[in-house]
Amino acid sequence: MRNTLQERGKAVSGSVVVDILCDSTLTKLKLRAYKKEIAAADSILVLTDGAGVQTVAEVVNKVVHPGCNTLSAGGAHAEWKEAERCLECGDCMLEFTGGICPIARCSKHLLNGPCGGSQGGKCEVDADIPCVWQQIFDRLAKLGQLDKLERLVTPKNWSVSLVSGPPVKRLS
Amino acid sequence: MKTKSNLERVLEAGQFAVTGELGPPQSADSEVIRRKAKILKGHVDAVNVTDGQTAVVRMASWAACSIGKEEGLDPIVQMTCRDRNRIALQMDVLGIAALGINNMLCLTGDHQKFGNHPMAKGVYDVDSIQLVKIVKDMRDERKFQCGEEMAVEPHLFIGAAANPFADPFEFRVARLAKKVAAGADFIQTQIVYNVDKFAEWMKMVRDRGLHERVKILAGVAPIKSVGAAKYMKARIPGMDVPDSVIDRLQGVSKEQVPKEGIKLCIDIIDQVRRIEGVAGIHLMAIEWEEAVPEIVEAAGLLPRPKFAP
Repeated sequence: MRNTLQERGKAVSGSVVVDILCDSTLTKLKLRAYKKEIAAADSILVLTDGAGVQTVAEVVNKVVHPGCNTLSAGGAHAEWKEAERCLECGDCMLEFTGGICPIARCSKHLLNGPCGGSQGGKCEVDADIPCVWQQIFDRLAKLGQLDKLERLVTPKNWSVSLVSGPPVKRLS
Repeated sequence: MKTKSNLERVLEAGQFAVTGELGPPQSADSEVIRRKAKILKGHVDAVNVTDGQTAVVRMASWAACSIGKEEGLDPIVQMTCRDRNRIALQMDVLGIAALGINNMLCLTGDHQKFGNHPMAKGVYDVDSIQLVKIVKDMRDERKFQCGEEMAVEPHLFIGAAANPFADPFEFRVARLAKKVAAGADFIQTQIVYNVDKFAEWMKMVRDRGLHERVKILAGVAPIKSVGAAKYMKARIPGMDVPDSVIDRLQGVSKEQVPKEGIKLCIDIIDQVRRIEGVAGIHLMAIEWEEAVPEIVEAAGLLPRPKFAP
């Protein structure tokens, strides 16, 4: 991957393999060893399922890119609640939402949210559910990337997802 | 003129527009539509027919619109993304246009949990902004969402909703800008009871010049009872009902509340009319269509403009 990126003119300042990135406490702990490199980078490319990308995005104050489309966790869902953040939709859009997934975490899985029912940071469905688009807005504001919300996200390809795609093909 | 819509004509002529709302019945009774249509006709420029509002099963909006058209209304079909995928949505657009209906309001839709079938699968294949673009491309590019061309395109005046009272407040106008960029011709807002907040939102709208690119109709509604006001405040998604409104209604006797609720509506119409950039009102007398003629007349909005066919 490093070679591929460098061939395309990207400066790769470092790479590291970290075991299990879906628990935020654990991830924070493990990434501490690379604090300097992370601080010096413009952005981080994460090659894990969507849950891992979101956890990294949560603990570093940097732009995070998802490197994979999560087709399936292969039955390897971890025990931590953060694993619920990825719906294995196969068409990852964490690039556009500051590393927070609206497919898994928006009650209407909006791509151009929030809807008109978002008030006080809460989802209209349940006051215990935070409005993920408020969270996305806050994260992008922090990263100075609010312009990402100005662009119209086009209709999603659901054919690779668990919702619409043929399940047998995905796992073989 | 992009369509044969009466609403479009009123707005293009620079006149202050008035749209009304008609809620279809929770039954197959077409007479309800005809009765309501007769009340509204001549008092408004076009009529929204709600689509499974608050996720309660009612007669489909497009069907009620067709009946409303027979009664001489210029109906506005409301389409939500909650119940239909992109295939069904585009099929319905073709059918609606073929029935001679001229206007469509594209909505995401209230979550199914609010209605009488909370176990239903919410579709949300696309969202309201994507739907606006889909309808616009069908109309102006003669293309389906997949890119294929069609022989005869639908001519629909495209609307979208905006909620000045939802959060994040700083982002609401940016989101409106997305709807405008996607192709919205007109906007209807959530009901305005908090006029100050609405005015603040309109300023942000004007700062972006959006009022010149899309026609904004302020949502207004009379209130029938204190209970209704409290219900709206607590249970309807995205509403902002200030305590001062509840206090005002509680300040009169129970029999006087409907009258006061109508006065309140007229007062708000007067106030929003003076805000720069407001092109009209969307009067939602929900299950109280009888109040519309009185409100429109008292607000000085009659007669409605008439154009030669």
